[in-house]
Amino acid sequence: MARKVSTQTRIGFTIGAWVVALLLFSPILWTALTAFKTEAEAIASPPTFWPQTFTLENFSAVQERSDYVKHAINSIIVALGSTLLGLAIGIPAAWAMAFAPTKRTKDVLMWMLSTKMMPAVGVLIPIYLIFRDLRLLDTVHGLTIIMTLINLPIIIWMLYTYFKEIPVDILEAARMDGAELWNEIVHVLVPMAIPGIASTLLLNVILAWNEAFWSITLTSGRAGTLTAFISSFSSPQGLFLAKLSAASLLAIAPILLMGWFSQKQLVRGLTFGAVK
Amino acid sequence: MGSISLEHVNKSFGDVQVIPDISLDIKDGEFVVFVGPSGCGKSTLLRLIAGLEDTSSGTILLDGVDMTDAPPARRGLAMVFQSYALYPHMSVRDNIAFPLKMAKLPKEVIDQKVDYAARTLNLSSYLDRRPRALSGGQRQRVAIGRAIVREPKAFLFDEPLSNLDAALRVNMRLEITELHQQLKTTMIYVTHDQVEAMTMADRIVVLNAGNVEQFGSPLDLYKKPANRFVAGFIGSPRMNFVDGAEAAKYDAHSIGVRPEHFVLTRIPAPGSWEGVVSVAEQLGSDTFLHVQVGEFGLMTIRTDGEETFSHGDDVYLTPDATRIYRFDADGKAL
Repeated sequence: MARKVSTQTRIGFTIGAWVVALLLFSPILWTALTAFKTEAEAIASPPTFWPQTFTLENFSAVQERSDYVKHAINSIIVALGSTLLGLAIGIPAAWAMAFAPTKRTKDVLMWMLSTKMMPAVGVLIPIYLIFRDLRLLDTVHGLTIIMTLINLPIIIWMLYTYFKEIPVDILEAARMDGAELWNEIVHVLVPMAIPGIASTLLLNVILAWNEAFWSITLTSGRAGTLTAFISSFSSPQGLFLAKLSAASLLAIAPILLMGWFSQKQLVRGLTFGAVK
Repeated sequence: MGSISLEHVNKSFGDVQVIPDISLDIKDGEFVVFVGPSGCGKSTLLRLIAGLEDTSSGTILLDGVDMTDAPPARRGLAMVFQSYALYPHMSVRDNIAFPLKMAKLPKEVIDQKVDYAARTLNLSSYLDRRPRALSGGQRQRVAIGRAIVREPKAFLFDEPLSNLDAALRVNMRLEITELHQQLKTTMIYVTHDQVEAMTMADRIVVLNAGNVEQFGSPLDLYKKPANRFVAGFIGSPRMNFVDGAEAAKYDAHSIGVRPEHFVLTRIPAPGSWEGVVSVAEQLGSDTFLHVQVGEFGLMTIRTDGEETFSHGDDVYLTPDATRIYRFDADGKAL
């Protein structure tokens, strides 16, 4: 039964929601505005809200100094590559856990999740040494591998929750219809789980895109992603707020757009299983 | 061909033994029904034959070939599920064509077979619909269509009618029986409904707690139940049982009389049991009387629908002496 909500309450909630949303959005808005200011105006006190002299020179300066395009391409390769690789491993793994569980399946799931609770810096030295010995330092494929590994628990968990919702009868029907395991996964499981796989893909692209710790520590010039690109603007030559803002805006713009266009899948992905 | 043999098949889930030891021989072309109360292992037995569950020990032979460890896809059997288990993302056409695509048949052959199956099952006008746009009965037909196109060695039905309403269930029951007469393919049908079992089967397997209580033709089971369990399970309304002194008169531990094997009178007759009508269920053609008979408890009597009875009427029941079933202390028929 729909609960009756009075008009005052509704207006109150609407205003509240807008205030919270604006508060959350304000740093991004401020970054975006600063990116179009001159360096002098960016640090002016009292600060100006709207750029007094609208300029695009920060963007060209950023591209000239650090090659935005190269970093963006690295980010795209790492984010998409690690997600696709993760799905290729995660779909069969989640199938096994959802439809052929053993006594220890729950423990394995918990153990995988527990690796996400460990501080990344705890394994920095071993990973660094392994990467050095395997000549994976500052390579795009090396970074893709590490990104796949750190996001795999989340991929498997999300897919597992989606797969659990699929009636096992339908997979059994496919088996009876003569489908071997591969056909069962490709022709029946995956098409039925498309919404779940899509939100897993979106969320993991975003996670990999925003990942900073490993991108910064395992790369330098060649394989740096956009997070490494932003961090290169932060300190050494003093404070260049406008250029830093322009760099940040360039780094988050693609993922922001992607998130905007896929809101529905994302919300479903993040709240999945919370309510039935 | 489609003969199925089970030899000492055993199935345990962890420490729970669902099927202790079953051996069965199902002949090619037979319609066999597995019937029993819920939890008796009938669905598990079907899934063992299908290959959807692994046997713990024992052998399953299809046409004499050991298939115990073969995956379901290689057994050449088709199954119709209680939930229909249609592929929701495929049209009716693709659902029916799926097993043929898996068998890698050429496209023209697939189209031909799908069209033929659709015509047989009156699905031609729904071929491009998705399963969710179909009614329960149509979905069941699609599931059957998907099973028949691949011309399996045998069909396995897992309570296929229990999600349908009563009228549709009777129709589909007839359709499946007709299909069997047409195709003459082995069918194994699992149900908890003894009416379905009696009306459809060539032979019935009555299961209880994972054991075969009796395997025989419907009338065999009705006329010569091997034990008290089968006697009580087959026949509707169920058989009345009497223990103690009355049974001892017949030299048995307990005796059973079917509701239709009584003579009912308003006045005492020699050897009759006195009772009081508790509930009279009038079906028109028949009336089922639930009669409280002294120390024997509540008994069910079938009479024709001509005479009316009401609560509190005194009646006298005379069991037909030639149709009294006698059982020993272990429930075995004497």
